[in-house]
Amino acid sequence: MSYFLQQLINGLALGAIYGLIAIGYTMVYGIIGMINFAHGEIYMIGAFVSLITFLVLGLVGISYIPLALTIVLISAVGFTSFYGWTVERIAYRPLRGSFRLAPLISAIGMSIFLQNYVQLLQGARVKTLPPVIQGGFQLMETNGFVVQVSYLQLMIVGVTVALMAGFTVMIAATPLGRAQRACEQDMTMAALLGINVDRTISTTFVIGAALAAVAGMMVTMYYGVIDFFIGFLAGMKAFTAAVLGGIGSLPGAMLGGLLIGLIEAFWSGYFSSAYKDVAVFGILILVLILRPSGLLGRPEIEKV
Amino acid sequence: MNAAPLLDVDALTMRFGGLLAVDTLSFTAFKHDITAIIGPNGAGKTTVFNCLTGFYRPSAGRLGLHRDDRIMALERMDGWRIARDGGVARTFQNIRLFPGMTVLENLMVAQHKTLMRASGWTLGGLFGIGPYRGAEKAGIEKARLWLERIGLLTSADLDAGTLPYGAQRRLEIARAMCTDPLLLCLDEPAAGLNPRESAELNQLLLAIRERDKIGILLIEHDMKVVMGISDRIVVLDYGRKIAEGTPAEIRANPAVIKAYLGEPEA
Repeated sequence: MSYFLQQLINGLALGAIYGLIAIGYTMVYGIIGMINFAHGEIYMIGAFVSLITFLVLGLVGISYIPLALTIVLISAVGFTSFYGWTVERIAYRPLRGSFRLAPLISAIGMSIFLQNYVQLLQGARVKTLPPVIQGGFQLMETNGFVVQVSYLQLMIVGVTVALMAGFTVMIAATPLGRAQRACEQDMTMAALLGINVDRTISTTFVIGAALAAVAGMMVTMYYGVIDFFIGFLAGMKAFTAAVLGGIGSLPGAMLGGLLIGLIEAFWSGYFSSAYKDVAVFGILILVLILRPSGLLGRPEIEKV
Repeated sequence: MNAAPLLDVDALTMRFGGLLAVDTLSFTAFKHDITAIIGPNGAGKTTVFNCLTGFYRPSAGRLGLHRDDRIMALERMDGWRIARDGGVARTFQNIRLFPGMTVLENLMVAQHKTLMRASGWTLGGLFGIGPYRGAEKAGIEKARLWLERIGLLTSADLDAGTLPYGAQRRLEIARAMCTDPLLLCLDEPAAGLNPRESAELNQLLLAIRERDKIGILLIEHDMKVVMGISDRIVVLDYGRKIAEGTPAEIRANPAVIKAYLGEPEA
């Protein structure tokens, strides 16, 4: 029981991170109907910017943790959003109105480019960060097995819940969210109502990148090791999460992220951590076969 | 009638390869007038609308919109700017509502410009601070007024796609009106309506002209609607203007009769 509980806690923290990344996939798919395969790399850049900012803060001697976290957050979100915006501007916008596969190919190219770019600038070696937030508390203890919740796990889940709540409000009740939903249904008509469609799409990319940056920052603190290649696997898993939840659906992305995190944690805990990725991608295949529209997605309806 | 011009169409020409869809068309639409554009199928009416709303860049000619004592060159503006800054709204022959959004939301999206500004580009809206609350309340109130005018108040929370056809047509007009337009372009608003609905549409359009004091451009085949409410009529045939005048003048014009009914045999 206590072992189960511990895996549940680990899975929730992991799932929260996947959920944050998955939102970027699902939002972009919702509005322009493409899979942004460079999104995992955006997340990786978020992790690198966080790491670098942490190290710089260590050098200048800012050790008050709330202040350090705030500065890292602002820096990661700022730089990463800029990358997200730029990728859309130079790799996708010129291809809008081109055939469907064109932006997809461009996205894969962008993904490879960003990986190599970070590898060149930062080196291929694994980077480490000493733990920033340590400690936690014991939830319970049975038969000598201690169930622990670290403060960092609490922070991850708390931040994710807060961001997702804010995000849901934004989509449902702000003019930007309405404009995004309008563009999703009929871009031409949205423009005829005075909505700047290009800017709405750019904003979507920026928001997705900002959420990925937060995920990158939390992963850097959680695992303490990153390299230029982490975006690929995390991106693929978040993409799986988005498909599992129903691509294009926001609650779906959150639910999918959570489920993927839990599956991974339980699989590692009860079977073999060597095969956890096999389990996750096995899920992707099963979903595509059995329920292609995902758990919360609507079946694709041809636009008239 | 009111003599202040609203839209000057000056030698508008639209060429698609070898096809001249609109050929040096010139006319003026006046403020607070309903100007109808009629003509046989393929005469180029919808093409004129597409040039006006930024779908097409005209091959030649000018589209001058009089707004606040200056003239905006619509032929050089992007579609969303024409809508936002120019104040030109339009509806479509085949209805283009946002079917997955509610009736109320369709009207709220149309007020994007005002609400976006009031929300401080989203942040204010997110935390419910600043002038956004008041602006949103005003927006909902405005939407409610329009729903009342088109008789859809009780359907506000339904998905727009589930409304009956005639109601969708009226909602599309209300949505266009929620953008606060100066010029409303209606592409066959009476198409597919039964006689009762079409009479209601006449009432709605006349009320818009009286109460909202804007200009309307109307493409329509239903002559009861055209003759019943238009102040001026422009007749196109093969992209060219063949007649212009009041409904009575148009009815008696031999060129128009020829275009519609063909030449009487000698």
